[in-house]
Amino acid sequence: MEIPYTISTRPDTGLWNAKIGIWLFLASEVMLFGGLFSAYIFLRIDAAPGMWPHGLLNVPVGTMNTAILIMSSVTVVLAWASLKMRRYRAYWWYMLATISCGVIFLTVKLAYEWPQKFEHFGAYIKPEALGKYEKYLGNERRAEKGMEPRIEITGHLHSQNAKEYEVALDPVNADPNNPAMDRPRFFPLPVTDKIATIEKEDVERATMFLPTHSAYFASYFTITGLHGMHVLGGVLVFTYMWLPVSKRLYQRNPEHLANRVEVSGLFWHFVDLIWIFVFPLFYLL
Amino acid sequence: MDASASVETHHDPHAHIEHEHHELGFWRKYIFSTDHKVIGIQYGLCGMVFLFFGFCLMMLMRWQLAYPGQALPVIGKWLPYIFGPASMPDGKMTPDFYNSLGAMHGTIMIFAGVVPVAFAAFGNFVVPLQIGAPDMTFPKVNAASFWAFAVGGVIMLISFFVPGGAAKSGWTSYTPLAAFADTGPGINPFFNGQTLWLTGFVFLITSSLLGAINFITTIIQLRAKGLTWMRLPFFVWAQFVTAFLLLLAFPPLEAAIIMQWMDRVAHTSFFLPAGLVVNGTPVSISGGGSPLLWQHLFWFLGHPEVYVLILPAFGIVGEILANNSRKPLWGYKSLVFSVLVIGFLSFIVWAHHMWLTGMGSTVSAFFQTTTILISVPSVIILSAFFISLWGGSIRFTVPMLFTTAFLPMFGIGGLTGIPLAFNSADLYLHDTYYVIAHFHYIVAPGTIFGLFAGIYYWFPKATGRKMNDFWGKVHFWPTLICMNVIFLPMFLQGMAGMHRRWYDGGQGWNVANDHTIWGLTGFQWNHPISWAAWIMGLAQIPFIINFFWSIKHGEKVNDNPWEATTLEWTAPSPPPHGNFVHTPVAYRGPYEYSLPGRERDFTMQNEPVEPTERIHRKPPAELVPA
Repeated sequence: MEIPYTISTRPDTGLWNAKIGIWLFLASEVMLFGGLFSAYIFLRIDAAPGMWPHGLLNVPVGTMNTAILIMSSVTVVLAWASLKMRRYRAYWWYMLATISCGVIFLTVKLAYEWPQKFEHFGAYIKPEALGKYEKYLGNERRAEKGMEPRIEITGHLHSQNAKEYEVALDPVNADPNNPAMDRPRFFPLPVTDKIATIEKEDVERATMFLPTHSAYFASYFTITGLHGMHVLGGVLVFTYMWLPVSKRLYQRNPEHLANRVEVSGLFWHFVDLIWIFVFPLFYLL
Repeated sequence: MDASASVETHHDPHAHIEHEHHELGFWRKYIFSTDHKVIGIQYGLCGMVFLFFGFCLMMLMRWQLAYPGQALPVIGKWLPYIFGPASMPDGKMTPDFYNSLGAMHGTIMIFAGVVPVAFAAFGNFVVPLQIGAPDMTFPKVNAASFWAFAVGGVIMLISFFVPGGAAKSGWTSYTPLAAFADTGPGINPFFNGQTLWLTGFVFLITSSLLGAINFITTIIQLRAKGLTWMRLPFFVWAQFVTAFLLLLAFPPLEAAIIMQWMDRVAHTSFFLPAGLVVNGTPVSISGGGSPLLWQHLFWFLGHPEVYVLILPAFGIVGEILANNSRKPLWGYKSLVFSVLVIGFLSFIVWAHHMWLTGMGSTVSAFFQTTTILISVPSVIILSAFFISLWGGSIRFTVPMLFTTAFLPMFGIGGLTGIPLAFNSADLYLHDTYYVIAHFHYIVAPGTIFGLFAGIYYWFPKATGRKMNDFWGKVHFWPTLICMNVIFLPMFLQGMAGMHRRWYDGGQGWNVANDHTIWGLTGFQWNHPISWAAWIMGLAQIPFIINFFWSIKHGEKVNDNPWEATTLEWTAPSPPPHGNFVHTPVAYRGPYEYSLPGRERDFTMQNEPVEPTERIHRKPPAELVPA
């Protein structure tokens, strides 16, 4: 028994089966990420003043990852076009490029961006102690300018004992009254060598930049984690289509392989599109 | 298989069947099968086991409600060996165990019972046959869908046996309650009731998602030649819309599940505001989350889910009504469009579950309006069903008995929902037994009667044998009576103010004890309700025996025992792998019963239009055989 229209199109709908299937799947994915993004909006609108951090992510690295994903979207289309023109060799190379882009993206995310966050430290100061740390927060000037107060001191945790934290400050806390620090910068400045001592009894909560840090990092890690799993899924599927096992399918029925590349390519574009939302929401806004 | 070629000449069915007739082993044929019929039956059997299990949980709860604090006789002393010593010490139910039973009753009944049977089982078995397809479009995905469901169901069951017991924060798992349930010393961060509930849910959602994609694609792509959209049986339409609901409503819940999972395992604060105090100690979390966010995401699924439960039953009822009243389904087009409108509106009514959260009058006004709007297509459907009976020569077969019972039962359930749609009335009725009675009338004597009807109706197609009529009636009448004895008094209890989550059945509440309703106090009404529930449990025994006995020993019947018109009855019973001996072609609509001037009172969809008919109707020229 053979299922009709797996490769050829049904005349009245003009589609083959998997193409409808993948679009339906993508519709459900829109709803899945839509749920997460609406949670992001809900939490961000609800956030108390100073509780939604800005400029903590590495924008150039994020931009590079964006470019890599977009590039891979181009190469996967070229891979599909090569198959349509029955140029297997070109397909093989374009597919390899796509897979490599996906792997580079994941590596940057998991081996560089995330671990960098795990090493970063932040301490939320109790409201009554904010004045004591004015020289790191610059809230007087911010109040004058009508900006949200800073309630967190960030940097690298140098050392800690039972009573206090010693933190190598981020530039924003080292020089809080500098107007250049009012807005996040494209190229992040390195942690300064200025050490601040923060007493533990003045601290509301102190954590590394983990999902527990704030609603911001909770949504960041959850959404980029889920997105990363989608990238991984795409890479695995592409790898299967790149391996010799798919060459045999190509020799038997090249159109079948082209269709497979087309639907997984659609998925890949979708994963790319999700990143196009993730990038501004977390890195830029 | 190319529809543009002439089917008769292009297709050589016998050669095809010979070619495919290599014997599969037992495991491939019955367990890891990709045949839609086997998968449908797998779903059906598993779903029915879950339905019965969920019902057993409720029968236990009914003991505690009727006889609070008393030891459960006979089986009471054995239950601690199954559910752990903290469940029912000396046969007396603990509050935690009662809460687990309540939460898991809801979860299992809806997500592991009714959805798999109504949507996945009937959809898998019947839809490809009704549209004349050899199988689903993605048979392997179909099998994956079933196995995801099986894993999810098993995880739900396992959660009863971990330290702390199964999830106990209600089937809605509202936060922050659910975020802190099943935590603390001695409780594994992953393998505890609530976290397993979340994990199991991810699998159940995956299963529904894969199923929904498969159903929609199959209905769009694999309809037989000539089977245009308006010639589809109503059941197929109902499944089509249901699949869309599952496809689009479940993912936001999955997002919410992922976030609650993160809240519990990674200690994030998606649904937790700052300043929470649990058991007298402040919780060390970042805060900044919103409990209302969970409710919105949950009910964004929760309300379409109601229609996921009822639409397949509508479809089954429509088929059986037309077949047994021997006349076309009244208002086929209105039915189809009503189902589509219900599908659309069900996405914008969810906040009527949240009147008590204080959303403000503007938002409330919007959701009250949409909620009342959605009753319009529902009433159209029910009216069309009633009118379908008018002037028919009704055959009271067992499926028809369940179908006729469905109509008033669903009517009661639907009409009693109207007060709940208005927030002023709901402020009083919210979370009382009135709500329980309302939605159980929809899903228990409503949907589940639809499912029973469908099982009796399509059983001959799956096995080639009929289920016994007499025992079917023995199953039907006590079930019908017990259903009403169970749920009618709950309206009264609810209007007297009894809360749905009380562990002692209202014993400790003065109003429930002082005021009598028809001679019994609110609390005393628990006795007839509970006894009816247990008797209804016994009334399922004839069904279970009848079901399994008839597989081997039922009366042998031909391929079309009900003299029905739709395409599934043109296939052999049971249909072989690949379904049809000759690829069917549809020449007419789905319910051509009692056509004037015919010998038989039914005309099947694959019967070509005869020249005498052409005066009255003009089929597309290419479909009239030369």
